[in-house]
Amino acid sequence: MKRIYVNEDRCLGCRLCEWECAFANSGLDEMFKLKGKFGTEYSPRIRVEGEDKTEVHFAVNCRHCTGAICVKSCIAGALSKTDDGMVKIDRDKCVGCFTCVLVCPFGAIMPAPDGKAAQKCMLCTDNQAGEPNCVAHCPNGAIVYEER
Amino acid sequence: MDTFIPAEYEVVRNPDLCIACRVCERQCANEVHKYDSDLKKMIADSTKCVNCHRCVCLCPTHALKIVKSDDTYRLNSNWHVQTMNEVYRQANTGGVLLSSMGNPNDYPVYFNKILVNASQVTNPPIDPLREPMETVVYLGKKDVEMKRDINGKLVDTLPPQLKLSVPIMFSAMSYGSISYNAHEALARAAEELGIYYNTGEGGLHKDFYKYSKNTIVQVASGRFGVHADYLAAAAAIEIKMGQGAKPGIGGHLPGMKISDEVSKTRMIPKGIDAISPAPHHDIYSIEDLRQLIFTLKEATAYSKPVIVKVAAVHNVAAIASGIARSGADIIAIDGFRGGTGAAPTRIRDNVGIPIELALAQVDERLRQEGIRDSVSIVVAGSIHSSADVVKAIALGADACYIGTAALLALGCHLCRSCHTGKCNWGIATQRADLVKRLNPDIGYKRLVNLVTAWEHEIQEMMGGMGINSIEALKGNRLMLRGVGLNETELRLLGIHHAGESM
Repeated sequence: MKRIYVNEDRCLGCRLCEWECAFANSGLDEMFKLKGKFGTEYSPRIRVEGEDKTEVHFAVNCRHCTGAICVKSCIAGALSKTDDGMVKIDRDKCVGCFTCVLVCPFGAIMPAPDGKAAQKCMLCTDNQAGEPNCVAHCPNGAIVYEER
Repeated sequence: MDTFIPAEYEVVRNPDLCIACRVCERQCANEVHKYDSDLKKMIADSTKCVNCHRCVCLCPTHALKIVKSDDTYRLNSNWHVQTMNEVYRQANTGGVLLSSMGNPNDYPVYFNKILVNASQVTNPPIDPLREPMETVVYLGKKDVEMKRDINGKLVDTLPPQLKLSVPIMFSAMSYGSISYNAHEALARAAEELGIYYNTGEGGLHKDFYKYSKNTIVQVASGRFGVHADYLAAAAAIEIKMGQGAKPGIGGHLPGMKISDEVSKTRMIPKGIDAISPAPHHDIYSIEDLRQLIFTLKEATAYSKPVIVKVAAVHNVAAIASGIARSGADIIAIDGFRGGTGAAPTRIRDNVGIPIELALAQVDERLRQEGIRDSVSIVVAGSIHSSADVVKAIALGADACYIGTAALLALGCHLCRSCHTGKCNWGIATQRADLVKRLNPDIGYKRLVNLVTAWEHEIQEMMGGMGINSIEALKGNRLMLRGVGLNETELRLLGIHHAGESM
């Protein structure tokens, strides 16, 4: 299955991916409308690890693990694996217990800004971006979407 | 106290579009941008801005632009703002002013005053998409004696040649002045394109020996990084006598750019300024130059061509004649608009001559003396486009070196601050966090794209003239016409004015 991979040698820690992710999943038609709403109304599903001005950075989002522990831990059946291997979340089924948030070894699932359900990367299959927006906008080609 | 020097360029932020993502802040090595948590918005200190456009290019909402500041002293056609600021800067510091990249001043660009011919009616143009169009060139000495063996078969007496798929090479830019990633991009692009890149005087990093068949190694006055394996690895060896941006001046790599790897590659101490002398201390005449050329040839068993690179200066034609007779295979001439990683401003802006005139004169002189075929001529110093390549070849060059254009392909925005070592595009820096910004996987493809695009355009222009090979274009000055040039300029360039027939 095609997954998103990050090359930490190339990741600049600019955090554009976080903003592009939040924008892609916001449903807004223009990015500047995120003004003042980032982190409150809209939050990214990808996070850059590494503080500013430190040497190493890399963006982390859902790895779509083979034996995904989040899927196993979900008490409501909201998390599932699609046929091609993507870990999918059904917001309508999620009860907001956040067990998945606790068990994810990568910290790649987080509560949605409204606090009522979890959210995670679904490779931009659940929005208008078409292909992963973080990949399309990484200025240094550090984030790639490929079969490995 | 230092005189305050106002910002030359101002950062303008559209407050409606700025989402305070702070990408500009994270990407600016000059620390222009800052998020003010009291005001809860981004602010900029334009006095630190070098106008590299990194923030403008990366701003996801296109909220930024950089404009020429309208702050001005009393207007004066004699004392320009920049001239005054330079005086203030020198009064503040007592130092020689440094600059980078090529001469930005308003001198004539002769390439822009030359027009190219095309075929109409009596001699049909050629369509390069349908008919073969040869862009391969061979650089090296060609005036060899024909010899036959005892059976009457021709003996191969041709000295070593460089084969180029297009008459374009990447000019000398040293590892140290530019980053590891920039070098990797150049090396890989040269390999893929079937052309050559040049190490400059910075030595050859051990990782890049694998690209050695597309590498020209340089032997400069500082002899940095020169050793037996370095010479043996190369496709050709270039002796750097001068550089267009700073004729008569040696090199100066600031200590802060001399990292562990640069120090190892150059075989010099880490962190200490590397100064290459103005002259080669073993070359004070053409005879001395000949000795070095043959020393290098001897060291490499006469297996590779030797290039001698000189800056275009007033008597370049006579110098080139001497070089041609000294045993060099190729002469590289670098015009006064050529780039640099650091040069004294006064030298860069006031010394040397335009490459177009130098080239025309060198080609003419070598023809007159009957030794044009004993060397190839490579020209450098602001080759802006494929049209400049075509014009240079028609003026008599065999090939062109491109430096600035290649760096532009890698992201350079000509902010001309290379000497500060804080290149935001990861090119002219050794700071690991900045070098990272140039991904060689992306960079080399962009270089390949650039040269490929130029190759197509060269073929189109040649086809239009009814010419199907670079050989037939070389020195074909009848294909050129000048516009707005005076009699002297036309005479020196050896071309007619536009409107004049054969």
